[in-house]
Amino acid sequence: MRSVLPILTVVMVIVALWYAGAVAMNKRWTLDQAARADQELTVAEIVADTLQQERPKLPAPHQVGAELWKTTGAMVLKGRAFSKRSLIYHGWITLSATLMGFAIGAGLGILLAVGIVHNRAMDMSVMPWAIASQTIPILAIAPMIIVVLNSVGVTGLLPKAVISAYLSFFPVVVGMVKGLRSPDAMQLDLLKTYSASPGQTFRKLRWPSATPYLFTSLKIAMAASLVGAIVGELPTGAVRGLGARLLAGSYYGQTVQIWSALFGAAILAALLVGLIGIAQRLTLKRMGLAR
Amino acid sequence: MKTPVIKADHLDLVFETNDGPVHALSDVSLEVVRGDFVSFIGPSGCGKTTFLRCVAALEHPTGGSLTVNGMTPDNARQERAYGYVFQAAGLYPWRTIAGNIRLPLEIMGFARAEQAKRVEKVLELVDLAGFGKKYPWQLSGGMQQRASIARALAFDADILLMDEPFGALDEIVRDHLNEQLLELWARTKKTCLFVTHSIPEAVYLSTRIVVMSPRPGRIADVIESPLPKERPLDIRDTPEFLEVAHRVREGLRAGHAYEE
Repeated sequence: MRSVLPILTVVMVIVALWYAGAVAMNKRWTLDQAARADQELTVAEIVADTLQQERPKLPAPHQVGAELWKTTGAMVLKGRAFSKRSLIYHGWITLSATLMGFAIGAGLGILLAVGIVHNRAMDMSVMPWAIASQTIPILAIAPMIIVVLNSVGVTGLLPKAVISAYLSFFPVVVGMVKGLRSPDAMQLDLLKTYSASPGQTFRKLRWPSATPYLFTSLKIAMAASLVGAIVGELPTGAVRGLGARLLAGSYYGQTVQIWSALFGAAILAALLVGLIGIAQRLTLKRMGLAR
Repeated sequence: MKTPVIKADHLDLVFETNDGPVHALSDVSLEVVRGDFVSFIGPSGCGKTTFLRCVAALEHPTGGSLTVNGMTPDNARQERAYGYVFQAAGLYPWRTIAGNIRLPLEIMGFARAEQAKRVEKVLELVDLAGFGKKYPWQLSGGMQQRASIARALAFDADILLMDEPFGALDEIVRDHLNEQLLELWARTKKTCLFVTHSIPEAVYLSTRIVVMSPRPGRIADVIESPLPKERPLDIRDTPEFLEVAHRVREGLRAGHAYEE
């Protein structure tokens, strides 16, 4: 409970700054409107107007909150949680691609790390390519992945998942290589004195040593995977998913919709990373690594 | 005359490093018979740990011959000839004490029931009965090191190789562990090879003390201890004890170990 007060304080400060920003940024439009109608506005009227415009430059927090509620909770109450106007529907589209891409990326990352640790040729050759792959802007390569996969008849979930996997395998490779290499020379020597096989060394020493590293990398990978899924939705014509909401919002100047989609994505990411955090806590506790 | 358990004959070991070859062991000849407690003492770089690692087949000599139980060190390791205790306890933090002791048994493929029986037995031997379910971090440094000795004893090797096992512990704990180690040695009749930096520790524990000197690592003196097998801690104040300690010190000086 002691941590609640500092967190609330920070949140309050951010919200206050946000309101101030909204007033400052949206003031121009209010004043222009008033000038055109030959009206004189008091300060209170200006402030009130800046916080309830339909297409503000920067929507106020309560506007974003209301939009979020309208497209999630209210839809659920109406029994239309999966209608096309519902953020839950779009969130689910993005989530499914995220999870699939995460599974592919994390699996691939672990396999590559195991290969790098056990095979000298892979150690020398894979890492530079993995690093190079991450220096290419994802926005540049995402449309090509979509187009190439489309031309061979792969459509729907998989192309987006591939982009997610492309982003999420990297932190897993880096983290797991470090984790699998974390046992020191003495611990490896100890297993040598038992004439342990490489497989036993992996199961008994390397894998358990790498577990804390694994969860840390999975958290980063999950966040990256969500970004990948959203980016993957942009070049598809943007019909479904959080990425589509962002794109549609920017086409029509619906800033409130953009911001609510952004917050939807952030909440989704927080939930996913939080889930991994819970899995991490349970696993490490079971392993006796959490005190 | 008993046949030697460990027989080193004109052993040489040269490490090739970037700064040129380093002579870690030079012309080391030594025989250890069953039930011996042999200490290796000398300054850093005298090759005492390297010799132990050669016996364990963790390093391979570049010259001379070395047999353990009449076999090459590699074969002896396959035959589970020795248990190795390192400088740090090196217990796996994700395993309980019992789980750590079980580690070699799992790797060597002992049956489950047999594993449990052996874990109980060695925990008893090192005076840690009842601590099997604890995690390493719940134990003091001395207790952790005892658990690591139990781990080395679990699969019933005849030879116990110990590389400064008590080096990181304070003197009071170390005295206590030395006493317990002697008791353990008397009960189990293992052959012990013990690397140390401490003259009193070497003299107190050993039936034989091998004094080594550096650059190149070689044996400067081998001292048979005249002390009785029964050794209370206050034996360290007797003239016999001080006499042996003096000889060790002389041996170190003769080997130029005190230079620099």
